[in-house]
Amino acid sequence: MLRFIFNSVGQRVVLLIFISFISHAIIHLAPGEPSLVDPSNPRLKPEDIQKIRSAFHLDDPLHVQYFYWARDLISGDLKSFKDNQPVLAKIWERFLNSFPLFLVATILTWTLAFPLGVRSALTQGSVFDKVSTFMSYALISIPGFFLSYICIIVMVKQFHFPVIGMKTFGLENAGTMVSIMDRLEHIALPAFMSAMGGIAILSRYVRSQMLETLNQDYIRTARAKGLSEDTVVYHHGLRNALLPFITLFGLMIPGLIGGSVIFETIFAWPGMGRLGYEAILSRDFPIILTLNFFAAALALVGTLISDILYAVVDPRIKL
Amino acid sequence: MKPTETPESTSLFQESWRTFKKNRMAWFSFTFLVGLTVFAIMGKIVTHSVASFDPSAIRLADKFIPPLTTYEDKGDGQGLSPVFGVYWLGTDDLGRDVLSRMLEGTSVSLTVGIVAVGISLIVGIGMGGLAGYYGRKKLLFITVDTLIMRIVDIMLCFPAFFLILTVVALLPPNIYNIMIVIGLTGWMGTARFVRAEFLALREQDFVLAARSQAIPEWRIIFIHMVPNAMAPVLVSAVIGVATAILTESSLSFLGFGVQPPDATWGNILSDGKQFIFDAPWITFIPGFSILVVVLAFNLCGEGLREAFNPRLRRQR
Repeated sequence: MLRFIFNSVGQRVVLLIFISFISHAIIHLAPGEPSLVDPSNPRLKPEDIQKIRSAFHLDDPLHVQYFYWARDLISGDLKSFKDNQPVLAKIWERFLNSFPLFLVATILTWTLAFPLGVRSALTQGSVFDKVSTFMSYALISIPGFFLSYICIIVMVKQFHFPVIGMKTFGLENAGTMVSIMDRLEHIALPAFMSAMGGIAILSRYVRSQMLETLNQDYIRTARAKGLSEDTVVYHHGLRNALLPFITLFGLMIPGLIGGSVIFETIFAWPGMGRLGYEAILSRDFPIILTLNFFAAALALVGTLISDILYAVVDPRIKL
Repeated sequence: MKPTETPESTSLFQESWRTFKKNRMAWFSFTFLVGLTVFAIMGKIVTHSVASFDPSAIRLADKFIPPLTTYEDKGDGQGLSPVFGVYWLGTDDLGRDVLSRMLEGTSVSLTVGIVAVGISLIVGIGMGGLAGYYGRKKLLFITVDTLIMRIVDIMLCFPAFFLILTVVALLPPNIYNIMIVIGLTGWMGTARFVRAEFLALREQDFVLAARSQAIPEWRIIFIHMVPNAMAPVLVSAVIGVATAILTESSLSFLGFGVQPPDATWGNILSDGKQFIFDAPWITFIPGFSILVVVLAFNLCGEGLREAFNPRLRRQR
């Protein structure tokens, strides 16, 4: 077990280094530079551009630039091109905003998808099954931002529900309860919208996994023993159907950065996805690169966690 | 004179086709998509040749006209009547006819989806085929298979949408770059399927027979093996078109999609969102069109998956 963990961590570190090479190359080779963001600015003289370029090491060869980036990242004094703030602090601040959103969305996804999926598997072919199947396809097929706009209109017009930003402006001096409620109200809609796609996909998986398990021989044996239907379904069926979802849990972790760009933009949520979007607009290479690096690292950590959990949970898998 | 009656033989494909037809939703989606393709081609021709369908005709006097309003000639020299003198789907903020913009957008949106998936299929089949067929060959110190699968792993680690966004934002925004970028970030699934199929097919007798006849390798790969590995690829391709259309609309939303004056459903939708309270139809018409078409692609893909997979078929 330890050897397995050691090996796979090693492999993933190598993979991560390759990924950082490639993303560095993609971003630097693609046209567009920080010095070109505002070409119409009359006060920007050619010598200023030259100054900017040399300050950001943009004239050095690629591998030297990579070295500068990696050194600054490790020593922790990587600075943003745009406002010269330390990158890691900026990302950390945004992470603290993204994380609650991600957490609530994940909880919503997992608590709603399982009952839905299990129920439509148990009542296969019923109206409930058909409706939930159709609804989940519809939810996968609708552009997320379009659905969000519809919801925003309904919520704002009918219920005067706060939807934009993380908290209501001017509530700084309110009591604890009020501000907690305010935060919850603000997080509800964005979290629900980002959970929507996940609920749709996951409940389909749960359904097919559950159907497959219920067709197994040991379920027939359990029924033949005269066990109650609840024990058969939840104890023998569901437990075995749960196995593949451990893998999925790990694979959802990178959604923390990549999946949130659209929703954070719509709801003006100052999270990591938005930070990345703003960095892309201003060609802020250090932030783009570091976010990409963290996203890849999260993806790798996610697969590692799912591998380990799988081995822990399923006794048939020996490492 | 009649030859002895033999039971009509059905190939595997025919059998799958029959199962597919029996799935009403999937079959309906399929016919809908065929109709849509015809519609898109017609739309392309009509918007380019008939003046009253011109999607970029600006009538500033007629902005924000709700759907199904009859056209009135104001006699201000801008007179370019829409089809049959009615704004079937209303007009947008510049007084452009939403119907003709939607018509133009249909072909552009479908093309983005199909070309992007085409690119990802070519790369995916190529990479997966190489890994599956030549997997045991050694390049210096690692096998071809390891090399290609590590590339797939690396690609899978990039957050897909973020990568697309980065590259599209840095490249000059045009429709070809968008198709290429969406295509090049979506081939990993195909490569994995094709590799898995090839690993199984490589050991089959018909491949051995083909090899014993000294048939060139490219023929074995492309004529004998690829068609046998197509089933899962086809399914993921159909669903891939749906995803690509959605990705394009998300990019449009962030302002990196297909740029005006080209109309796609995505950019009509994201242009319309600023006027959602005054002129909801500019948002809702493309939004629901995307929903319906993407839904059709998804249902069609699911139907194909069911038809090609005997294990799923038995469950019904």
